[in-house]
Amino acid sequence: MNGFKRDLLTISLFLAGMLLLPRCLTNEYYVNVLIISGLNAIVAVGLNLLLGFAGQISLGHAAFYGLAAYTTSILTTTYNLPIIAGILAGIVLVGLVAYLIGIPTLKLSGHYLAMATLGFGIIVYIVFNETIELTGGPSGFVGIPRLSLFGYSFDSDLSYYYLVVFVLAIVLMFSLNLIRSRIGRALRAIHTSEKAAQISGIDIARYKLFIFVLSAILAGIAGVLYAHYLEFIAPSSFGFNHSVLLVTMVVLGGMTNVWGAVAGAFFLTMLPEFLRAFENIEFLLYGFILIVCMMFLPEGIVGGIQKLVRKLT
Amino acid sequence: MLTIKNIDVFYGKIHAVRRASLHVRRGEIVALIGGNGAGKTTLLSTVSGLLRPAAGNIVFDGQEITRLGADRIVRAGISHVPEGRLVFKPLSVEDNLLLGSYHRFSFKLKQEITEDMEAIYSMFPVLKERRKQPAGTLSGGEQQMLAIGRALMARPKVLLLDEPGMGLAPNITQEIFKHIVSLRDKFGLTVLLVEQNARSALKIADRGYVLETGRIVLQGPAEELLQNKDVQRAYLGRDITDQVEISNE
Repeated sequence: MNGFKRDLLTISLFLAGMLLLPRCLTNEYYVNVLIISGLNAIVAVGLNLLLGFAGQISLGHAAFYGLAAYTTSILTTTYNLPIIAGILAGIVLVGLVAYLIGIPTLKLSGHYLAMATLGFGIIVYIVFNETIELTGGPSGFVGIPRLSLFGYSFDSDLSYYYLVVFVLAIVLMFSLNLIRSRIGRALRAIHTSEKAAQISGIDIARYKLFIFVLSAILAGIAGVLYAHYLEFIAPSSFGFNHSVLLVTMVVLGGMTNVWGAVAGAFFLTMLPEFLRAFENIEFLLYGFILIVCMMFLPEGIVGGIQKLVRKLT
Repeated sequence: MLTIKNIDVFYGKIHAVRRASLHVRRGEIVALIGGNGAGKTTLLSTVSGLLRPAAGNIVFDGQEITRLGADRIVRAGISHVPEGRLVFKPLSVEDNLLLGSYHRFSFKLKQEITEDMEAIYSMFPVLKERRKQPAGTLSGGEQQMLAIGRALMARPKVLLLDEPGMGLAPNITQEIFKHIVSLRDKFGLTVLLVEQNARSALKIADRGYVLETGRIVLQGPAEELLQNKDVQRAYLGRDITDQVEISNE
């Protein structure tokens, strides 16, 4: 229970800090950036479970994110279904699709999941672009209703921000708990050595499938929140680039720690905002910062901070 | 108890094991000896389900286990201590042992698992001292003890041991071998042992098989194999006692 209490404390501190943050901001636009950061963090935490703890790469998480976003958008806008139904349908559909992709690919060892999700991501992207009657095509899907749940409408950006932070905190609590559990031990075992995990009696295919579906569902949760926040979605937000960006967030933040994904997501989402002042060399600087981080922080941002703290104490 | 019949195993295109048959009786220690690349590890990995044989079958306790997944084979009662130990290095010693009992974990059995863990700690006290340490910080001999402990946590009927002496100092190897014998004597554990160090293996074994380029070329009681001229020349080399005599002359 010791670990549980410690996580509860860190999450409470995190939550308190996040809730106070908007009060320190001068520009309301930054709340918008924080919301997107938070959504990316939810996806990254899920991806981190898969990548950092089960050792599998998904290059299609942006597609899961987008699939959930489009599902709820189409159901609530075109078919006028209640928002809660659209949200649930989006999340369930993503879980189901991940399950179907996972069954054949996760039985094999090696990076077959990376290939399958890469292909899946491209297919989904094409479908978003080409089924114009359904999705609006490249110009996007407009008129999605703003999220309102149980009679409360999240109209202001600030209220939406609190909602996203709250969901992120729940996702974090759940993930930290999962890692400390028996399942988490099995996942770390699989990551260390698949062979040794097998001969310890762990059904590795089943666990990999479980964690893959879970991480896709987390991407789906972020996806539906994204759609009902922006009220407008377009295929370009869910392409291959975004999938790679998500993987980068996890790696840059630190793969061995759940908090790493959060740090990576916030860092990489906010970085372009700060670099915008440099205009033409924005992307040059962006790449440069990534390279420097990987050179000097091989264990990621959180890993690097932990090392520094250990050195100082 | 464990019967392997005419199995063929391929590594890609390489025919690693050719029509090999062997059996292990309850409570026996059987040694499988042979040079590098003879197919010893392949044979063991096939029994534990990490590799699939192209032909032949494996029967354990009257149950056909040839095509079962590795996790099902652990459940059936065969535990494998792999070559190179393969402990989970970033995980603590205790977590490593708990992972060994993975398939039978439930809250009802918590007590039983704790007891088993204590039994392993009393067999290898050094593991208890280091139970919170990451397994990667242990010495080679300690990691070997941990790998054996982890396998025992599954409460196996048969233990498959792959080169337990690899990379260890001779006296530590001897200590590990002593533990293997006492496991058999105390708990009636059945052991199939693969070892390059043929002499030490045959000394504690009841019977032995000699594997050469994937084929079993010789088998018999361990003492007979120790006396066998071909085995001596190929795998035993010169006995240290011979050397002592020579230097005395």
